[in-house]
Amino acid sequence: MKTLMRLLVLAGCAAFVAVAGMAMLVLPEPPIRLAARVSAELGNSGVKHPVTAVLLNFRGYDTLLEIAVLLLALLGIATAAGGDAVTGRRLHGNPQAFLQSLARLLAPLMVMTAGYLLWAGSHRPGGAFQAGAVLAAGIVLLYLSGLLPAPAGPSWLLRLGLVAGFLVFVAVTAVPLFSGGQLLQYPPDMAGALILLIESGLTLSLGLILAALFLWLPDEHEEAEE
Amino acid sequence: MIDPLAWLILLPLTWAAIAFLLGPTRGGRIAQAGIALQLVLALWIATEVAGGSSRQHAAGGWRAPLGIELLADGLSAIMLLLAQAVALPLALYARAYFTDHPAGIRHFWPLAGFLLAAMNALFLSADVFNLYVTLELVGLAAVGLVASDSTAKSVAAALRYLFATLVGSGAYLLGVALLYGTYGTVSLSELAPLVEDAAPYATLLAAGLMVAGLMLKTALFPFHFWLPPAHGGAPSPVSALLSALVIKASFYLVVRLWLGLLMPVAPPAAAQLVGMLGTAAIVWGSVMALRQPRLKMLIAYSTVAQIGYLFLFFPLATHTAPDAAQSALQGAAMQAVSHGLAKAAMFGAAGVVILSTGHDQVARLGGITSRLPLTVFTLALSGVTLMGLPPSGGFIAKWLLIDGAISSGQWWWVIAMIAGGLLTAAYVFKILRHAFLEKEQSATFRRLPRMLEWPAFALALASLAIGLRASDLLRVLGAP
Amino acid sequence: MLFALTGIVLFAGGIAGMILQSHLLRKIMAFNIFGSGAFLVLVGLGQRDGQIDPVPQAMVLTGIVVSVAATALALALARRLLNLTGEMRFPREGPDD
Repeated sequence: MKTLMRLLVLAGCAAFVAVAGMAMLVLPEPPIRLAARVSAELGNSGVKHPVTAVLLNFRGYDTLLEIAVLLLALLGIATAAGGDAVTGRRLHGNPQAFLQSLARLLAPLMVMTAGYLLWAGSHRPGGAFQAGAVLAAGIVLLYLSGLLPAPAGPSWLLRLGLVAGFLVFVAVTAVPLFSGGQLLQYPPDMAGALILLIESGLTLSLGLILAALFLWLPDEHEEAEE
Repeated sequence: MIDPLAWLILLPLTWAAIAFLLGPTRGGRIAQAGIALQLVLALWIATEVAGGSSRQHAAGGWRAPLGIELLADGLSAIMLLLAQAVALPLALYARAYFTDHPAGIRHFWPLAGFLLAAMNALFLSADVFNLYVTLELVGLAAVGLVASDSTAKSVAAALRYLFATLVGSGAYLLGVALLYGTYGTVSLSELAPLVEDAAPYATLLAAGLMVAGLMLKTALFPFHFWLPPAHGGAPSPVSALLSALVIKASFYLVVRLWLGLLMPVAPPAAAQLVGMLGTAAIVWGSVMALRQPRLKMLIAYSTVAQIGYLFLFFPLATHTAPDAAQSALQGAAMQAVSHGLAKAAMFGAAGVVILSTGHDQVARLGGITSRLPLTVFTLALSGVTLMGLPPSGGFIAKWLLIDGAISSGQWWWVIAMIAGGLLTAAYVFKILRHAFLEKEQSATFRRLPRMLEWPAFALALASLAIGLRASDLLRVLGAP
Repeated sequence: MLFALTGIVLFAGGIAGMILQSHLLRKIMAFNIFGSGAFLVLVGLGQRDGQIDPVPQAMVLTGIVVSVAATALALALARRLLNLTGEMRFPREGPDD
């Protein structure tokens, strides 16, 4: 019966591809074109790159929720890992000298690259996520080469770093509400500065969150049950 | 001026992040304060909506289709009220529960806060892509909560739930992609006038994908496989949140999409199919509930069954007379609210039994009536709502649904509902029969914190009271 | 349009993989595949007539982040299950204890 099930699922998927493909090929022109509206309002958005404008201004509320998703996943990992999490330990095994010197050389370069990416996001592809990812990679590299211990679970400073970017974002979102505006509504002359503020906070927090997503994964060998 | 829409989302996001910083004990206190404030905001919105006006909010100051719009109408207002009204007693319950049984407390408050924020954001959003993000937020929060005591059973249940929820939102996302490709916007208000019955095939495909994905997330038969282990295996405060609220979120979304967008392209046959799956859920869920030796698994299968009633809404409201459709919507709303209150109460009561006796075997419930009278009363009251006996909210819900069925000439659903009621009575009486036995079957009865039993009792009482105040609730719904 | 059609194939393939594969890591990979499929459709359909549209690109960026978060959570749960049960599969349904 298992082969019958497999055949059914595969047949269903093939049929789906055929139907969907045909449905897409006969599509008429869409009645609404957002690209034009984005270009029209780009001047008021505070940044010059249209994707950044959409991410942090027009649809900034989506981005706020997406940071919440990341934090949430991290919380889930911390909860699920139970006693297995790799906390506060340095990586064991022979630290290779070459790897360590390479890591020492690369780490400052990565921080600089992250800073550049953050700044560049306003007029080219770049921004907080890319910069945060580079930072996270730097942290993971330092851990893997034995130079840095894994972030310990309950440290207050670490928790602050993780949520700081998010809280800054929430604060900027909430401020317009007090003067009668809508949430996340930037005054047009301050839009660029506010976006940079949010992105800076996010870069730091994202670096920590993404690194922690990797580093807090349950450890390989079995631990005793808590 | 304070804008309740925005604050209902920002407030829980803020206290969730702060609760993460402060740790479990202080986190619990600010959670309670936050939820209390949110309840006030939800009541404010509900009163405004009942008076006839709906509220809108454009995030970022950008109107659709460029920006994301939030909307609070009758349906959203009721769901918001349900969420905060269930969350507050559950927060009190959870504080007492975890004081006694700390497994799972570590990040409970931040997770619960994000869950609540996500649900509020879902109920208020009027943008289908934003709804995808909120769906994922709800799903991941729920999965994190299920895995919170980190045992093999709960981790396996959480992973199964995670996979199911990811497939569901993946299908939903593909639907969003097709809609954007067809119409060039993801805003509900802009999409609604564009979808007409001569729509391109892609729209029909998108509709099917989105509804199917959401049915998977709402555990409608035959997609219910993930629910019993997840709801039955999690710590009791988590089970209560999941069965009472999380399930209703994806159901709300199907209704919102169906009514607000997809009605022109919905074939009546599809609606009938959904109704039949609902009936299958009612029968299958109730029969399986009867066979469960453990109380929490029984309650979890009961959720599978009661969700079936919710899906009877679709055949009753699609291409039928306006007053039949109106009854159907009112019935579904009442069912969602009453079930939410009653199920939260039931899981709360089950948690009390587990903490007190150390087990939840139905056959060994004998003797708890003299030890835990309030809890048994809670079980009985919630059972009344589930069975649909007057004057409970469950009775009003089923009455309205039956009314809808008769006015639209679809009397076969009435048979389904009556059968469902009988089966529900069977498993409720099974619980009560064992509970009322004189002879004590369990060896130990521990002393419990005082606050533990009262929140569940309050929820059960509310599920009854809502039947008496049904007209007020329905006035909120009926507003445009 | 080619992107969109590829996306559909990836989506269907990923869903099939998710259902049919029993090894947890493969299920997680299947999830990433069908997620990418949906993103391709989103971007591909939005730009099928050659004009660049930043809105679906931004939406896909958001979607990728959400995928990463979900994958991380799934991996953590799978690893924990591996530690507790010794295998990378769902445990067989046993009698309720």
